[in-house]
Parts: sequence; structure tokens; C-alpha cells
Amino acid sequence: MTDVVVETKPAAARKRRVNVTGAAARVFARVGALPILLAIAVVVFAMLSPNFLTVDNLQSALRQNAYIAIIVLAQFVVLVAGGFDLSVGSITALVSVASATAMSDRLAAGSSPAEAIVIGLLIGLLVGLGAGAVNAVGIGMLKINPFIMTLATASIFAGLALKVTAGVPVSGLPADFSDVFGYSSWWGVSTPIWIAIAAAVVLWALLRWTRPGRNLYAVGSNPNAARLSGISPGRTMALAYMTSGVLVAVGALLLTARLQTGESNIGADLPLLSIAAAVIGGVSLRGGSGNVLNAVLGAVLLGLVTNGMNLARIESYYEMIVLGVVLAVAVLADRLRGRVAAAINAGRV
Amino acid sequence: MTHQIPALEMTGISKRFPGVVALDAVDFQLLQGETHVLFGENGAGKSTLISIMAGAASSDSGTVRLAGRETSLRNVADARRLGVSAVFQEFSLAPTLSVAENVVMGEQPSRAGVVSHRAVRELAHRRLGELGFEIPLDAPVETLTRAEQQMVEIAKAFRSDLKVLILDEPTASLNDTECERLYELVGDLNRRGVGVVYVTHRMGEIRRLADRVTVLRDGRYVTTVPGTTSSEELIRLMTGRVMDQIYPTIPPPTSTVALSAVGLTTRDQAVSDASFEVRKGEIVGFAGLMGSGKSHAARACAGVERLAAGHLELHGRRVTGASVAQSLRNRVVYLPPDRKSEGLLLNRPLRESVSLPWLGRYSWARTLVRRRSEQRDVADVLRMMKLSPPDPDRNAEAYSGGNQQKALLGRALLRECEVLLLDEPTVGVDVGARVSIYQRVADIAEGGAGVVIVSSDLPEVLHLCHRVYVFCQGRITAHLQGDEINEERVLQHMMHWDETEAVG
Repeated sequence: MTDVVVETKPAAARKRRVNVTGAAARVFARVGALPILLAIAVVVFAMLSPNFLTVDNLQSALRQNAYIAIIVLAQFVVLVAGGFDLSVGSITALVSVASATAMSDRLAAGSSPAEAIVIGLLIGLLVGLGAGAVNAVGIGMLKINPFIMTLATASIFAGLALKVTAGVPVSGLPADFSDVFGYSSWWGVSTPIWIAIAAAVVLWALLRWTRPGRNLYAVGSNPNAARLSGISPGRTMALAYMTSGVLVAVGALLLTARLQTGESNIGADLPLLSIAAAVIGGVSLRGGSGNVLNAVLGAVLLGLVTNGMNLARIESYYEMIVLGVVLAVAVLADRLRGRVAAAINAGRV
Repeated sequence: MTHQIPALEMTGISKRFPGVVALDAVDFQLLQGETHVLFGENGAGKSTLISIMAGAASSDSGTVRLAGRETSLRNVADARRLGVSAVFQEFSLAPTLSVAENVVMGEQPSRAGVVSHRAVRELAHRRLGELGFEIPLDAPVETLTRAEQQMVEIAKAFRSDLKVLILDEPTASLNDTECERLYELVGDLNRRGVGVVYVTHRMGEIRRLADRVTVLRDGRYVTTVPGTTSSEELIRLMTGRVMDQIYPTIPPPTSTVALSAVGLTTRDQAVSDASFEVRKGEIVGFAGLMGSGKSHAARACAGVERLAAGHLELHGRRVTGASVAQSLRNRVVYLPPDRKSEGLLLNRPLRESVSLPWLGRYSWARTLVRRRSEQRDVADVLRMMKLSPPDPDRNAEAYSGGNQQKALLGRALLRECEVLLLDEPTVGVDVGARVSIYQRVADIAEGGAGVVIVSSDLPEVLHLCHRVYVFCQGRITAHLQGDEINEERVLQHMMHWDETEAVG
């Protein structure tokens, strides 16, 4: 009897230890690296700067990054369909100057601010849709490689934006525009955040509950299989780019409101930033996988890291370095997650 | 032969994966110059065993002897140095590099770290020459046919000091001429004393090539028998079942025509002037060599292939030129041969692959997906097909080939089909899964659908089909029914188009 007791004790202890790491592994496999990285970022920056973990700061960090989150959603849609969009930055610039020009022209022509804003918003959304449609035709119909096509349109749209404004920021926007879309808030949460949340929820619902949404995943996962099931990969891809164009326009309008001017030279870093955020959010570059929530969290993580480093007065050069490191770590962690999940499935943990 | 030292001898090889014993004290012996077939259902442990032989996996226990010397193969490079090379089903070629560069990859002749392209070409040329392969040295591998790629892969595995060559289902995607080349090569290698371990499901290959056959079942060694052992006996050894139990009894068809095709010619000319019909409750076989047009004919019926001439009728109604989507609405369903490239959404939950063609029917106003009923129906179908595990939310890529194929067939069970066109429904599928696939196909036919089976597997065509159309070079060269359906006749019409045309 005593022998047995002596024998089982270390075994039990070992078992308990295994269970702790096992539980950690299970959590990791379930939620992925992203929430963990987010938590690390929050803890680190809270220690570096006392101002980081305040409602005001977090709110302003999120507000400043709301437009990026929406553009990440735009990138996310085409990534899911198996595409790529390098023109999101140029579309942002084009929408910004087009809507700003429309608004300031209307205002100068004697329209009421409300009327000018509505027209500006419509023009902005239409320009986004049109830019998306150009990508859609090139990629969905003419079957041009997405990388090349959006590289080309990135140059074209940026050139157009510069041409329209001669490189000069468009000012003279209705004050209400930036008051409402840049700085107002509802129930204590600022409008850009609400709009980003709304965009995410709508997109989530579309992808999850509608057939076009499911088709997007199917085409991204295996275009041949989709075709044999009666889904047109070209048309689905075109839909993705048009949706993306509209989403970019929404983000661009928020940015314009925040800047209070139409800028032709904004958005250069958006293509890479949006792809990075989506990848950090676990979206596969090979298409067919990823979910809205994680893409948004990817954007939030990048936003918090930027904000935290600003508060901690870290030189902005380091910011670029840290962003690169975060991207690499996130991708590695995601691969590790795949292995851990496989090990759990196989009953090894 | 009996007294020589075996080229490779494995004793008591065990390999445990979490929750599964993949190999349980398996013995295997390969003589010099013999072709030794490894035979067993998917999951019997063949892949694990050859991975261990090739140094790609390690065993938990057991010993490996090469030419009598105990060795431990730590990795693939190790094994190759000792003269053991493997050609796995998944090629490891660099598609954009040339044939020459691929053949010598990993051992490029170089001086002071600089690769000499002339030396690379010479070495590759010599190696291909030794094997008697005629492949352009400078062609990028991606421009080659699958068979040529296979040859490059073999040339890569081949070294002058090769002792053991492992071939894992090497003919799965080769046509008959290409297979013939491969068989000749295996014979050549044997004559030079190279021992060949050959994994295959095909009975014909066993009869043609095998000196001996080792049968595995559920990770255990069953027995080793001579290559002349009858197919029935081999199948019994592999499954514990007899041959009659593999093919279900097929009820007689009705006389109502479900689908009829007249003068079908596809736009790419892969099929020309083909006329055939499928009745309700009938199973019709399309036999022929690869590239004979049998697959294209089936694809044309489902709107996958565009038509240049001819017309199609479904229950007497013209459906010529219907798109894939329209064909699906007419419940004409085509299931492709290649699960990975055309069939499944590999990185998505299996459910989505099964319901893919029917998503419109699972949607309110054809737009809003009714996820709950989709989930329920797919789960039912997966249970019916005895998938393991029957979990619709697991990614498709996590399932074995047999399970993937069952899931694909599940599409046809999700909705009643009028016409079901199955293209190579059992390629790379083990006997256990075959039995359940055949049974389902019989059920579907009995339920009143017209079924077309496009197959390169002759026994399948001979045993399952009421009637057989034989295709050759894009035309139907024979229409066989009843007693006319036998191996010789089908083969004859598959090969000798000129003769049959002279007869016709």
C-alpha cells in the first residue's frame, strides 16, 4: 500500500503541471496570439507611461485609428477572396480630395453646410465605389494579377488625386463636417469609433449570413471548386473589390473629417499597414480564411502600439522597427498556434 | 535469391502517434533486385512505414538493417547517402526551375561555391540518360506533364549508388503509356539489383510488377505473399472481406431516359460527336484512357465544358448550353476527380465544401444563409457516409483522402439528383471507403437518379455499370451492355480506335 502512495505522488504532481501548461496551450490555440499580444502591449505601455491606461487616452487612440480599422476591413475583404489591394492608400487620397473639393465648392456656391456635407459624402462614396470598380474590372473580368493591377491603379489614383488638387490641400470644408464625423461622440464614444464598429458588424453579418459572403470565402479558398459549384470566381472577386472600394471611402471620409482638409498626399503607408494588420489578425494571404473580429483587433493592436510609443516618447524611427517586429512575431505565433492546435487535436496535450 | 543478404530489413518497427498506434511491431524485408509491393487500406500504416524507411520519420522502436548493417536513418539526406531514396505522392520539385536544376538539386556540382551550369546540365543529362528518360533539360518543370514531372522526381531520387527506391502510388496520375514507361523502369532497376518498395492500390500493377506483397492492416503486419497471389485473396488479407462484398448489387434501371446527349462536341474538341443517354436508376460507365474525352463528356453534361455542337436533353427538355449554376438547379451534379484542386475548400470547415453547390437552396431569398439547417443536413450526410470523425466544422484538409471523397459524394446526398456524374470517384481511396462509396452510388441510382461513372479503374466499370460507353480520342468507340461488358472488349475499344472505326 505505502509503495503505491509513494509511487503515485510524483506522478500526480507531474500530471498537475502538465495540466497547467495544457490549459495555457488550449487557451492559446483557441484565441490565438492576438489577444495575448494585445495584453502584452497594454501591460508594457501601462508601465512605460502612466497616461496610457486612461479612458481618455484609449478613446483617442481608438478614434485616431478608426479610419485605419475600416481600411483594414477593406483589405480584409479582398484578402478573403484571395486577392490583394495595394491601392487602398491611393483610393483614400482620391476620396479625400474629391469629397473635400465637392464640399468646399458647394459651400462656395452658396449651399447650406448640410447640403454640402451630404453631397461630399455621396461623392466620396461614389469615387470609392468607382475606384473599386476599376480594380474589379481589371482583376475580376480581365483576370489581371491583383498585385499588378492594384499596383497600377495605386499609381493612377494617386496621380489623379495630385492632378485634381495640384498637390495643395483642399481647405474650406464645412466646420460641421469635421465636428460631426471627426470629433463628436455618442454616449461617450466618439463617432468614428461607432462608424468603425458599424462597418465591422455589417461586414461580419454579410460574410457570415449571406451567400455572397460565403462565396467570397469559397472563391478565396478554391476558385476551381467554386466554379464547379456554379459560383463565378471573377464576379465574386469583382464584388470584393467594389465592397473594398466603398469601405476605403468610408475610412477616407473619416480621415478627411479628422484632418479638416482634403489631402492628396495621405495614405502612402496604408497598403502595407492594412495588410500587416490583417495578417496579424490571422488572415491568410492565400485567401479563404480569417474573420472580421480578428482583423479589427489586428488594427487595434497596431494603433495601440503606435499610441503607446508616442506616449512613452519613443522616437518614431523605433516605431517602424517595432511595427515590423510585431508583424513578424504575430505571424510566427500564428504558425505555432497551428502546431499547438494540431497537438491538442491529436490528444498530445 | 533466398540466401542473399536483404537490401533492407526492418524488424519490430513501432510508431505511436498520440492516441494512435500507427505501426505495431511491423517486419519488412526487401531483397536486392526485387519489387516488393506494400498493400493495405488507407491508414494501415504504409505511409508511416515508408516514411521511416526514407528517413522522413523516426520509429519509436525496432531496427533497420541496410545490407545487413544496423543503421539509424536520422533524416532524408542520411538515407539518400546510404542509397535509399523515396518518391512520395506529393512532389518536391521547384516548378519554375529547369529539369536539369531539379534533377541535381542538393548536389549541384560547384567549384568554390559557384555552380557551373554546364556541369549541372552534364550531370543531369547523364542521369536522365542512364534512366532512359527523354525530357528537355532546360524546360521549366511546371511546363511538363505530370508523368514527366514524375520522371524528374525519380531521376532526382536516383543516384548511381541507389540500393532501395521507394515509390508511393507512382501511377496515380499517369496515363497508360506513361505507366508502361514506369513499369519498364522498375524492371530495369530490379535487373541492376535495386530493390523497389512499391505502394499501390491497383491490382493490375501488383500482377504486373510484384515479386512479393506485404500486407498491412491497422498498423500490423499481416503476411507476405508472392506477387502471383490472386486479387481476391489479397483483398481478403487486406480487409478481412471477400471480393463479392465490395460491389453492391445494383437493381435494374427503369426505361425512362433521364439525360440524353446527341452529337456532343466540346469547344476544345476534347469530345467530338458523342451521343449517349442515361436512364433513371441506371449506372452508366464512361471508360477510356486519360485524354480520351470521357471526363470532358461528363463535364459537358454539367455545363463545366462549353459546347460547340450537339444538344442535351434532361427528361425531354432541352438543356443545351446550361451553365453550371443552371445545371445544378436542374439537379445535374458533377463531382470532379481531383479533390484538392477542384473539389474541396481545403482551409474551410468541411461543411462548406459539402453544401457549396446547394447554398442557394439553403438560403432565404437565395441570399440569407440558413446556417442551422445547413449544419444539420450536412451533419446527417456525414454520419450517413460514416465519416471519421463526422465533424462538419473540421477543416477539409484535416481529413484523409477516403474521407474527403466520401464528403464530396455527400454533396449528391444533400439534395436528390436527377443526374449524377462522378469523375474517378475512387482514385486513391482505400477498399473500406470504396465499399461505402459504391453502396451509396447504388442507393442513389435506386432512388431514381441517372448515374454516370467516369473511371480509369476497369473493375469498377465492369462491376458497377449497367452499360458502358468506351471513349477513345474524343469519340465513343463502343457501347457495351449486359454480357458484352468484359475486360477484353473494353480494353480493345479503349486502345484501338482505328480498328473499331473500320468495324463501325
